[in-house]
Amino acid sequence: MTTLLMALAGGLGAGTRWSLDAWLRPRVSPRLPWTTHLINITGSLLLGLIVGLGADDTWHTVLGTGFLGGYTTFSTASVESVHLALDGRHRAATVNAVGMLVLSVAAASLGYAAGRAL
Amino acid sequence: MRSFALVAIGGAAGTLSRHGIAEALDSDRLFPLSTFLVNVTGSFALGALLAVLLVRDHSAPANRLRLLLGAGFLGGYTTYSALAVETDTLLRGDHVVLGLTYAVGSVVAGVVAAYAGVAAGRAVAR
Repeated sequence: MTTLLMALAGGLGAGTRWSLDAWLRPRVSPRLPWTTHLINITGSLLLGLIVGLGADDTWHTVLGTGFLGGYTTFSTASVESVHLALDGRHRAATVNAVGMLVLSVAAASLGYAAGRAL
Repeated sequence: MRSFALVAIGGAAGTLSRHGIAEALDSDRLFPLSTFLVNVTGSFALGALLAVLLVRDHSAPANRLRLLLGAGFLGGYTTYSALAVETDTLLRGDHVVLGLTYAVGSVVAGVVAAYAGVAAGRAVAR
């Protein structure tokens, strides 16, 4: 049952990511993939929060592994860095990859601290 | 709505696959091997998929495959939130070297895999 809910939540998370991306992408600068940044940073913050709150296994599996696992994406981040590099924008590719990692880990840490404090 | 459904179906299947791999691999080891593996293999696959479908091909079938397999399956299969939280957990647990190796190693291996995927996809599509 938990596995089924997790899969449904993962589908919903992926759909949420796609909807947010489709809405936001035309509204921000195309120089960097800002929407993927926003998605991965907010998803990392929320997963940190769930872990910090000490959510039980079921909630962690459905909301964490399911929804937030489906919502955030690593493959798109990697491919977007490669596309920047293939366009000759090596500095942007590096900033994209390193910046997303640093900001997402910082967000996860912040979320965890907030969860513990609540 | 139909696009949302394609992404959601792919995303559910991708999430199940990621979960299955985690169940099979993650025991008591400190290094988050399953997240590392899904992220690197998923990056290769997305690079290859987009290269095969040609990013600028706007035909309806190519677009549907991009939604189902790219944004859906591979988006759900790979995860950034687990990478971030697992890194934070390692760093907070005083496993600084392992945490940094995991985080930087994932991103570098992901980019290299995606690049290899693009090259493989272009070779196949030619």
